[in-house]
Amino acid sequence: MLSEAPIRTQQTTQANPAKQPTERLVYFSSVSENTKRFVGKLNHPADRIPLHKADPELVVDRDYVLVIPTYGGEKGEHAVPPQVLRFLRHPQNRDHLAGVIGAGNTNFGTTYNLAAHKIAKKLSVPVLYLFELMGTPEDVARVNQGLDEFWTRQSQSRP
Amino acid sequence: MSDGVKLLGKVEAINWNRIQDEKDVEVWNRLTNNFWLPEKVPVSNDVQSWGTLTPEEKLLTMRVFTGLTLLDTIQGTVGAVALIPDALTPHEEAVYTNIAFMESVHAKSYSSIFSTLASTKEIDDAFRWSLENEYLQKKANIVMDYYHGDDPLKKKVASTLLESFLFYSGFYLPMYWSSHAKLTNTADMIRLIIRDEAVHGYYIGYKYQRGLEAATQERRDELKDYTYELMYELYENEVAYTHSLYDGVGLSEDVKKFLHYNANKALNNLGYEAMFPSTVTNVNPAILSALSPNADENHDFFSGSGSSYVIGKAVNTEDEDWDF
Repeated sequence: MLSEAPIRTQQTTQANPAKQPTERLVYFSSVSENTKRFVGKLNHPADRIPLHKADPELVVDRDYVLVIPTYGGEKGEHAVPPQVLRFLRHPQNRDHLAGVIGAGNTNFGTTYNLAAHKIAKKLSVPVLYLFELMGTPEDVARVNQGLDEFWTRQSQSRP
Repeated sequence: MSDGVKLLGKVEAINWNRIQDEKDVEVWNRLTNNFWLPEKVPVSNDVQSWGTLTPEEKLLTMRVFTGLTLLDTIQGTVGAVALIPDALTPHEEAVYTNIAFMESVHAKSYSSIFSTLASTKEIDDAFRWSLENEYLQKKANIVMDYYHGDDPLKKKVASTLLESFLFYSGFYLPMYWSSHAKLTNTADMIRLIIRDEAVHGYYIGYKYQRGLEAATQERRDELKDYTYELMYELYENEVAYTHSLYDGVGLSEDVKKFLHYNANKALNNLGYEAMFPSTVTNVNPAILSALSPNADENHDFFSGSGSSYVIGKAVNTEDEDWDF
C-alpha cells in the first residue's frame, strides 16, 4: 500500500492543466439505456441529450463526439431519434460535432447503424466506431484508446 | 378451479392518449410498421436453387426450418401470451398481442417455404423428426416449463433467451445459403423474421429490466444467477442440437460462433454483460454480411487519419426532419 504514495506524487507532477480533457462525449440513450451503459464504461466525460421537451436544452461549448443508437422503420425513415435532431438544430451543437460513434444491432439488417451514417454524411464528420447493444469489453477498450488518439490528432491539426 | 384467473372489479379500456411507458408506443409503432406476410416474398423463385442442393443439404434445411417452426409455435401460442397477465401497462399487453400474432405469422411462413420447395412426404418426415429430436424437444420443454411457472420476471428471461438466442442455431443456415447465393428469397423472408425477433427480444428484455427496478438487491442477485444458469443450460443443449444437425455438412464449429455471438446479445437485451469472450464470437464475415450488408468486418475507423475516415455511407437523407 505504501507504494501508492510515490505514484500519486508522480501523477501530480505530470499533471498539466492545459492537457485536461477539453473535449467530451454527447450521447443519446432512450429509457432502455443500452447506450448509457456503454458510455458509462468509458473514461471520457459525457453529457446526455435530454429525453423530453420539458428538460433543459443541451448546448455544447467545445468539440465533442456524438454516440447514438439507430431507431425507426424498415426503410430507414426516422432512424435518427427526434431528440437528437432537436439537439442538432442548434447551430453551435452542429459546429462542435467532431465525429460519430454508432450503437446498433446487426439483426436489423440494412438499417444497422443507419443513424450514425446519416448524421456523419449530413454534417460531413467521420464515423469513428460502430458497436452493438451495450458493447463488449473490447469495444470499450478500443473506443477509450481511439478517442484519446482522435482528440490528440484533432488538437494537433488545429490552427 | 379458476386458479390464476383474476376476478376483475372493473375492466379498464386501453387509452393510447395516456401513456405510462413511452417504450410501449415506440415498439408498437415499430412492430406495426414492420408488419409483413409470407405471401409478399417470392419464395417460388428459389425452386431452381433448391434443386442444386444435395439430398443431405435439403434434409438439413427442412429440419432446421421445422425446428424454427416449433419455436415460433411455442412463442406465438404460449410464450408471448403468458406475458400478458404480468404486463405493467395496458399498452404493454397490446404489444404482446402483436408479438404473439407475428410469431404465428413466422410459424406459417416456414410452411409456405416448405409447400413451395418440398414434397408432402418430405414435409411430413421433417415434422416427425421434430418430435423425435431429443435436443429440440428439450429446448422446447425447458422454456415451456418457465412459461407455465408463476414468476413474471423468470418468464421474461426465458422469453428473451428464446427470442434472442434459441433461434440462431436455425437462422444460421439460411444466412449460409444466402452467402453462397442460394435460396436468396427464402433468406429475405428469414431476415424479416430476424428483424422482428430483434424487436421482440429488445422489448421483453427492457420490460424485464423495468421489473427489476422494483426488486430488492437479493432478488436481483437471484435473477441474475438464474439468467446465467438458464443461459448455460440452454447453451449446452444448443451445442448438442447444433452437432446433431450440422456435423454431417461440417458446419458445427462455424454455427457455434454464431451461437456465442447471439448469446451475448441476448444477455445484453436483459441488461447483463456478455459471457462469451471475443475469441469465440468471431462470426464468419460472410454470415455477418448476409445478416446485415452494413455489418462490415471493419467497424473501427479510429486508426484512419484525415481523409481516410469514412464520411458516412451514401444513404437517403431526405428525411423531413433534416431541416437545418
